[in-house]
Amino acid sequence: MPAEAKTEPTATRAGYGDALADLGEEHQDVVALDADLASSTQAIKFGKKFPDRFFNVGAAEANMMSMACGLAATGKVPYCSTFAIFASGRAYDQVRLGIAHNELKVRIGASHGGVSLGEDGASHQMIEDIALMRAMPRMTVVVPADYNQAYRATAESYERDEPMYMRFGRPATPIVYEDIPKTLGGGVDVVREGKDISLIATGHMVWRAMEAAESLEAEDGVEAEVLNVSIIKPLHSETILESLGKTGVGVTAEEHRVAGGLADAVRQVAAEQHPVPIFAVGMGDEFGLSGTGEACMEHFGLTARGIADRAREALVLKPIVSRPPLFGPEWT
Amino acid sequence: MALNANLAAVRHLTPVPDPKPPPRLAERGAAQPSIAELERWATVLRVDCVRMLAVAKSGHLDSSLSAADILTALYYRVLRHDPDNPDWRARDRFVLCKGHAAPIQYAALAQHGYFPLEDLMGLRQIGAQLQGHPDMQRTPGIEVSTGSLGQGLSMCLGIALALRLDDLDETAQVFGVLSDGDCQEGQTWEAATAAVHFGVPNITAIVDYNHLQTDGTTEEVMDIGDMRAKFEAFGWDTVEIDGHDMEQVVEALERSRTVRKPAAIIAQTTKGKGVSTMEGRFGFHGKAAVSPEFAAEALEELTSRLEEQTKALQAARDEG
Repeated sequence: MPAEAKTEPTATRAGYGDALADLGEEHQDVVALDADLASSTQAIKFGKKFPDRFFNVGAAEANMMSMACGLAATGKVPYCSTFAIFASGRAYDQVRLGIAHNELKVRIGASHGGVSLGEDGASHQMIEDIALMRAMPRMTVVVPADYNQAYRATAESYERDEPMYMRFGRPATPIVYEDIPKTLGGGVDVVREGKDISLIATGHMVWRAMEAAESLEAEDGVEAEVLNVSIIKPLHSETILESLGKTGVGVTAEEHRVAGGLADAVRQVAAEQHPVPIFAVGMGDEFGLSGTGEACMEHFGLTARGIADRAREALVLKPIVSRPPLFGPEWT
Repeated sequence: MALNANLAAVRHLTPVPDPKPPPRLAERGAAQPSIAELERWATVLRVDCVRMLAVAKSGHLDSSLSAADILTALYYRVLRHDPDNPDWRARDRFVLCKGHAAPIQYAALAQHGYFPLEDLMGLRQIGAQLQGHPDMQRTPGIEVSTGSLGQGLSMCLGIALALRLDDLDETAQVFGVLSDGDCQEGQTWEAATAAVHFGVPNITAIVDYNHLQTDGTTEEVMDIGDMRAKFEAFGWDTVEIDGHDMEQVVEALERSRTVRKPAAIIAQTTKGKGVSTMEGRFGFHGKAAVSPEFAAEALEELTSRLEEQTKALQAARDEG
């Protein structure tokens, strides 16, 4: 594979587009569909190389998803791209019945997820797609942290059989993985080791969690562990529980509603198996706003500082809540 | 399949194998089933539907009956399919876009040996392979799962494009049967637009236009109007037929194969066709209309028709 790792900030959607074009080279059964956003989603890179295997359906996302069902049922491996808002919200029923229910090998490349798409505002800022797709039976949900991991996620998706929803972002974001990772593995990577608190992040929030960890170390002497959750469903709980077991307190961070998102996924695992305080950074019961992508992230507290502040609050609770049980062996 | 209480109570309804089974594709060849034979088979499938629904005590009998003649023409004559090799790559594809008419497709599949006839009696029971709406994961012979109106034609288009990429579009035709409700869904028109845009030569959409839906007539609920003019305006080759006139149905289906662009067949039909107390009457859709008494009455009508049709065929053969 001719993939070259990026070192400068690059959008995750570019990783999708580059990997998709490379997949087209290697596999004749790969087809791509887009709904008049191919330049934005970067599926155009595939479309230019393989015009006969590329179907631009115009502004008709429902039709695109059901077409993908027909293509996959007839032996093709469709990659469908559009904005996350349309991929998950507008075409939910089409994805549900035609793709997830049938367990077809269709990949949904949902670009421009979250509020960081910026100026287009609330109508386009999808902040509940992870919740929708997590709730959908048989659907795998992938949110890569940077270009390099987005490239791997897309390339690796061909090797897997289950339906997949992959979320990408609009802005160029800093690189987390120096090289293109060899695999997504279980989908939870410890990208920075620490012992005091677990910062559990996904997508665009991973590099911000890394920055938060640095500031916590510099300003508070706190050693934060940073986890990148690139596969939110099915969630590889072992790595998360291992980290929480070590640190005893956590903060989740996502560019998405806290309800139904990564926060809920992590808290669910922790509540059942290792209940410790877990604070959340994410969107509350609110819609996005117009502004530059970065201004939107700032406005909703989706920043390194936002994560660090929540971590400090969580750390206050840690000695109170996370101490050994009152009547445990330590007290006898 | 384990007997259940429903089945035990209506055991006399269990389907019996048709003494004249459908011909295999290889056997068809020069001797295509005649119109009279197809008409008789349509009655066989209608009988199966009534029996299934009587046992299941739920489902859409009226919608199944309105599509009976179209599905008979497809499965017994027009479709190139092979029950012994259901994954044959070059087969024609059939998609029941109006997935709620599943019983009629199940009957056709069972009569062709895709699964045992007895399995029809498991319809809509927990754990059965015959779900309320077609499920490709569970039922042999189902190409794609349907049941959410409006999605089927898009699925047909995806299949047709895949066949084109595999150089099979010259031989393999994709047939989809749509309902009034399908045509009320906007997505159907997205697909109608795209099929022409992509220049798909091997797609046939049959609209089972029975003018009745859950809340009333289509004219009252949401009038879809002149379907022929609409499909024509979208650039489709379009014909309008009587969807219960077997000769017209067969002719239109076979002709659509020769039309090298998307082809629509507007089939004017009667909901509940074949069971006179149900024909064209509102109020049956999705209701548990198939009480034991209703089933007995309907079966009496259908089986006496079947006897007449069988006798007439025998007489014709004896004369010939």
